[in-house]
Amino acid sequence: MHFHRYEKYWLIFGLCTLVVFLTIVGVNAFSGGHQPPTGMMTLDPTKVDQTPPFDQPGLKKVDDNTYEANLIAMAFGYNPSKIEVPVGAKVIFNVTSKDVVHSFTIPGTNVNMMITPGHVNTSEFSFDKPGSYLVLCNEYCGSGHHMMQMTIEVK
Amino acid sequence: MNSVVKSPKDSKLSMSYLTVGFIAVFIGAICGLLQGLVRGGVIELPSFINYYQLLTAHGVLLALVFTTYFIYGLLFAGVSKTMGALSDKARSIGWIGFWVMTIGTICSTIMIILGEASVLYTFYAPLKAHPLYYIGLALVVVGSWIGGAAMLMHYSGWRKKNSGKLSPLFGYMTTATIILWIVCTIGVAISVLFQFIPWSFGWADRINVLLSRTLFWYFGHPLVYFWLLPAYIIWYVCIPKIIGGKVFSDSLARLSFVLFILFSIPVGFHHQLTESGIPEGWKFLQVVLTFMVITPSLMTAFSLFATFETTGREKGARGLFGWLKKLPYNDVRFFAPFMGMLFFIPGGAGGIVNASHQMNTVIHNTLWVVGHFHITVGTPVVLTFFGVTYWLVPYLTGRKLTPALNRAGMIQTILWSVGMFFMSTAMHILGLFGAPRRTAYSTYQDNPTALEWFHGFFAHYTTVALGGTILFIAAMMMVYLFFHLAFFAPKAENDIEATEFPIGEVAEHAYTTPRILENWKVWIGIVVVLILIAYTIPVTDMITHAPAGSPPIRTW
Ligand code: HEM
Ligand SMILES: [Cu+2]
Ligand SMILES: [Cu+2]
Repeated sequence: MHFHRYEKYWLIFGLCTLVVFLTIVGVNAFSGGHQPPTGMMTLDPTKVDQTPPFDQPGLKKVDDNTYEANLIAMAFGYNPSKIEVPVGAKVIFNVTSKDVVHSFTIPGTNVNMMITPGHVNTSEFSFDKPGSYLVLCNEYCGSGHHMMQMTIEVK
Repeated sequence: MNSVVKSPKDSKLSMSYLTVGFIAVFIGAICGLLQGLVRGGVIELPSFINYYQLLTAHGVLLALVFTTYFIYGLLFAGVSKTMGALSDKARSIGWIGFWVMTIGTICSTIMIILGEASVLYTFYAPLKAHPLYYIGLALVVVGSWIGGAAMLMHYSGWRKKNSGKLSPLFGYMTTATIILWIVCTIGVAISVLFQFIPWSFGWADRINVLLSRTLFWYFGHPLVYFWLLPAYIIWYVCIPKIIGGKVFSDSLARLSFVLFILFSIPVGFHHQLTESGIPEGWKFLQVVLTFMVITPSLMTAFSLFATFETTGREKGARGLFGWLKKLPYNDVRFFAPFMGMLFFIPGGAGGIVNASHQMNTVIHNTLWVVGHFHITVGTPVVLTFFGVTYWLVPYLTGRKLTPALNRAGMIQTILWSVGMFFMSTAMHILGLFGAPRRTAYSTYQDNPTALEWFHGFFAHYTTVALGGTILFIAAMMMVYLFFHLAFFAPKAENDIEATEFPIGEVAEHAYTTPRILENWKVWIGIVVVLILIAYTIPVTDMITHAPAGSPPIRTW
């Protein structure tokens, strides 16, 4: 098959950029640990309230500066609907759904993950600035979807 | 090739598909306008309409119904034009496909109107719609298989009659499009038939949510290429003729279509990057495969600009960019797709962000995504289809695109572009600030973060509403012009006046086309292998390590 000379240059340039780009993305993901949220834990979505750690949802201290927030998403809110964390703390969010698909999204941060029933999804964030953070659901979950929210107070 | 006589019976089939398509645009655009106005806080909906009901109708009618019907109307017309009239058998099958699709469309639309299916066009489990919604959608897919089979029959009939000859480029590309469509819809068909329908009737108690989402997106990404490929057919085959040039290279055009099939299917995970249950390695593999599609995309861009430049130079253009001045910007048949191509430049760039393993997290399910697909499918594809309408409809009905109608078309194109510029820019920026998609008007109890979305110029929901209103006017003009061209435009009295179906000829210097490109068994074989590599292990895992499934839930 014949390629025009300029087309060859164009494609070679394009493919080189692609290789460089994918290498950066790949190294970032697998050596830098910058992976998208990918929780692998599962549970029965009809028994969330009985399954630890979601039988006691809320914030849990893991060590000096690390907390675990085990939260339940449901139509149309989160349980608990408010948590308080100290400034500078690293929080690991473990979130599951009691009913349909939701999201757990903190605008202005990189926390944005799908919450599918039967699965626990995980993401972490260090809150370095004090203030009140809005959490919202950006996956359609029913007639009250646009009301679904919670707050994180960083003090 | 242009001597093939037009078949009035085939024209009628095409016109039927196109008509349903434009009825869908009419209703879908009304929904779009209302969505923009609601989100901007300009209006409140009456209590008997739910925002998400509108959004379901908008997605189903524009993204699924309009596109599929338009594509079938166009492809049937094109294969009849380039490979001769359909046999009576193929045409009857085309009609059966049309009616099966139409019954399905009506069925699903009624369920949406009754408020029994406010689950959006993606119908994510465990939201449970009325079984007839799923059955309707299944009929649309099955109908499209039947119609697609008619076109494949026509193509293979042509090849039998002309053995040893290279098929017309239009016919080849149509075949590629239909093959892509059949391979990808198998995924969603399996999910609807074996998961959703039994579960929505109550015959199965629970549904495997992750599996259903994976099967949906196995279909959902190639769906995008099912919209794009017919637009590319126009760019590769028809635009050269419209601007008075030649097809740059027959073999490279065919190669790019084959590559689009290969790299558009095994990549659905890039829509599921932020979800649990799919290991990172598999996500990354599909991200890599997704980016391979850059190769045929670069080839398409090259070939387009090569045609533009060669044609401009033949018309006497000088200098590095002189040819840009020689393009027929006042011919709507060129201008509309050309505006679409311009929108595709930021559209493609945005796509790179979306598909990137990490950057996706920033924009996933924000308004950015809505901005993105309105400047990919919603403008490049749609403006190409609108540009086609201006010549295809008078071609099919034996009428003329008069200078006045051409001018109306130019205005319509400009309005669409201006409206889309405002709406999509605002959506992209709002998305970067975290504004969610698929969400009715909300200030989240006057939360300062959410109130930000009502400040500034582009980062403002009202700009979405403004752009949406201009778009709505453009859409209504288009629907009117469609019916005008179909029923009222002046009749062409003789062959010279008749509107042409522009089919470009291949440039003389182009090289012969390798036979392997027409050997579909090879390409289908490769795509199956790629699909198996990308999906076998993670899907097996989803089934064998599935958590207890979800019972049906209705939350609206
Ligand atoms: C009159 C022109 C149009 C207007 C005013 C318009 C407006 C909108 C708005 C405001 C949304 C966002 C709703 C939300 O996320 O809350 C939306 C969603 C959408 N639009 Fe359009 N749009 C138009 C044309 C189109 C066209 C031509 C297509 C495709 C062929 C299209 C496909 C979609 C899809 C697929 C969605 C997403 C639906 C979902 O999230 O389920 N739109 N549109
Ligand atoms: Cu929600
Ligand atoms: Cu995609």
